[in-house]
Amino acid sequence: MTGADPVQLHAASPGLWTLAWRRLRADRMAMASLAVVCLFLLSVLLSATGLVAAGWEDEVAVNYAPPAFMGPDTALAALSQPAAPAPPNAFDPLGSDIAVLKAAIEENAARQGKTVQAAKAATLPFGADKWGHDIVKKTIKGGQTSIVVGLVAALVAVALGTLFGALSGFYGGVVDDLFNWFYSVFTAIPSILMILTVAAVLQTRGVLTIVLILGLTGWTGPYRLMRAEYIKHKAREYVMAADAIGASGWRKMFVHIFPNVSHVALVQMSILVVGFIKAEVILSFLGFGVPVGVVSWGSMLNEAQNELILGKWWQLAAAASAMALLVTAFSLFADALRDALDPKLK
Amino acid sequence: MFASQLSSQLHFIVRRLWQMVPTMAGVVVLVFVLFNWVGGDPSYLLAGKMADAQAIANIRAQLGLDQPWTVQLWIFVKQILTFDFGNAWSTGEPVSHILASRLGPSLTVLVPLTVLETFFGIALALAIAFVRGSLTDRLVMVACTVGMSISILVYIIVFQYGLAYKLGLFPVQGWGDNFLQNLLRYAMLPILIGLAVSIAPTLRLFRSFVLDEVNQDYVRTARAKGLSERRILWVHVLRNAAIPIITYVMSNLPALLIGAFLLERFFGIPGIGREVILAVERSDFPVIKAITVYVAAATMVFNLLADLMYGAVDPRVQLR
Repeated sequence: MTGADPVQLHAASPGLWTLAWRRLRADRMAMASLAVVCLFLLSVLLSATGLVAAGWEDEVAVNYAPPAFMGPDTALAALSQPAAPAPPNAFDPLGSDIAVLKAAIEENAARQGKTVQAAKAATLPFGADKWGHDIVKKTIKGGQTSIVVGLVAALVAVALGTLFGALSGFYGGVVDDLFNWFYSVFTAIPSILMILTVAAVLQTRGVLTIVLILGLTGWTGPYRLMRAEYIKHKAREYVMAADAIGASGWRKMFVHIFPNVSHVALVQMSILVVGFIKAEVILSFLGFGVPVGVVSWGSMLNEAQNELILGKWWQLAAAASAMALLVTAFSLFADALRDALDPKLK
Repeated sequence: MFASQLSSQLHFIVRRLWQMVPTMAGVVVLVFVLFNWVGGDPSYLLAGKMADAQAIANIRAQLGLDQPWTVQLWIFVKQILTFDFGNAWSTGEPVSHILASRLGPSLTVLVPLTVLETFFGIALALAIAFVRGSLTDRLVMVACTVGMSISILVYIIVFQYGLAYKLGLFPVQGWGDNFLQNLLRYAMLPILIGLAVSIAPTLRLFRSFVLDEVNQDYVRTARAKGLSERRILWVHVLRNAAIPIITYVMSNLPALLIGAFLLERFFGIPGIGREVILAVERSDFPVIKAITVYVAAATMVFNLLADLMYGAVDPRVQLR
């Protein structure tokens, strides 16, 4: 015995995730896009906890206040000075009631000698919308909705796809036939049509509804890949070893095999997030997505469509460029992640 | 020899059509379950806000909702097979008439769009394959990613505003009865926007199809024979890359019929896609059911057509 521990003589060989991380680190584009994605996720976290953009619904500026670099809109400022407080949403059936209520509250407050009408800004860093909401705050809040929907829906879709793929690939036989039939049925209907059909059936509008629609229709892609992975892995030695010590089917599928195929699930999820964010924006734009009163990039684009004709381009620019920046960064990162985790694919 | 080939092809078609039966049955059951159990009772929707029990009972009887579910499923199957879904709930127009009259406008936009997209996709993919790995290649790919990241809504809103509303190069929206006028006047901008939106993903995909081929042995052989790079790409590689390209284009066609719904909605084109949106907005279930079932059937038929076209493009493919 010369003292040194024989294990210490060999450096531990790096695992899949360490290797992938090293490859990612070497890719400058991947790191840049990861940084952008993290920034967006941080803004989601901050706005969800109310630290940022909490007061997006405050009417802090004059209606359609232009961005600061354009200077105040004199014609508009003069026009909108005596404007009656607009209902928070024109589509809200209670809008007029709320306006009446608001007027009553303001009258009451005025009687008590309080100044309710704080001075409204003529310009904001990136302008204001029809009601004088700050566009920057609104874009952050809208991003929160769109990104959370994209992430959660992708999680649901990948979880379903993994579960079905695992059962199908691991057990084979009748189970496999059943899920393959399921798969062929779901892929026979184009995904957009499937999404719209489910939206028509589920009459309720809400964030949870969109997550369900996207998650329940999006499992087919992950299913196909996870099934192939499970077929490949179930015959491997480590699964036989698990079998020999009496592991149950579920244990073999999700404790033994899943960690070895989880990178496929992760890559699938990163691809789905991009598609789902785009889909949420379209659904919300059409009015099948988020309910009235919740802001998302899609509902912003819906408002901006009419504003553009009036020459008020800033809400469109803000929502469109925030979304484009995030989706670009996320797609580039998803590509890099796939290359890093599965170098054979390249 | 020829006769046996024909009979084997016929055999293939019959077998594939037979395989469609369980899938189609699954689609029918899925749509049935969605609309009959997941969705609420449509009679409340139809009866309106001031419904009494008698009115609702009448509507339920009229829709067959008071029958056992097996009978209801049979009614649905009969509707599909006879192309008779009754009248649309919102407008009272026969559903079969809606489908027949909306197909033309959709195709007026989609056929030119698909032809142009495929042509430009192939040409650009081969051009990019010439300079694969270079800075140009990388920049074009990044540009494609950025182009794909901008929502289709933004393309439509900005182009419609800029080119039609501001510059007046195209009509803002509209549709007539004259096919040529529709194609040359009203469909132009939608086709242009559709092309701008779809060229980035198509180019990315077709490039990967082409690059899968350029490292094959036959390319090396062709190069060793002294063929020009141009001839190798346009003749040898293209013929081999044609198989995945055909699959993609063919299997995408039915999806495109619905996928163009945003274009149809913005430009007031009375097509199938706009009809789906309207039906979802109005909870017009017969229209959605009919479109879903027939588009699913079309998807399967087009997949079969794609397989048949392989045989024509690639003599190695044996249809069995």
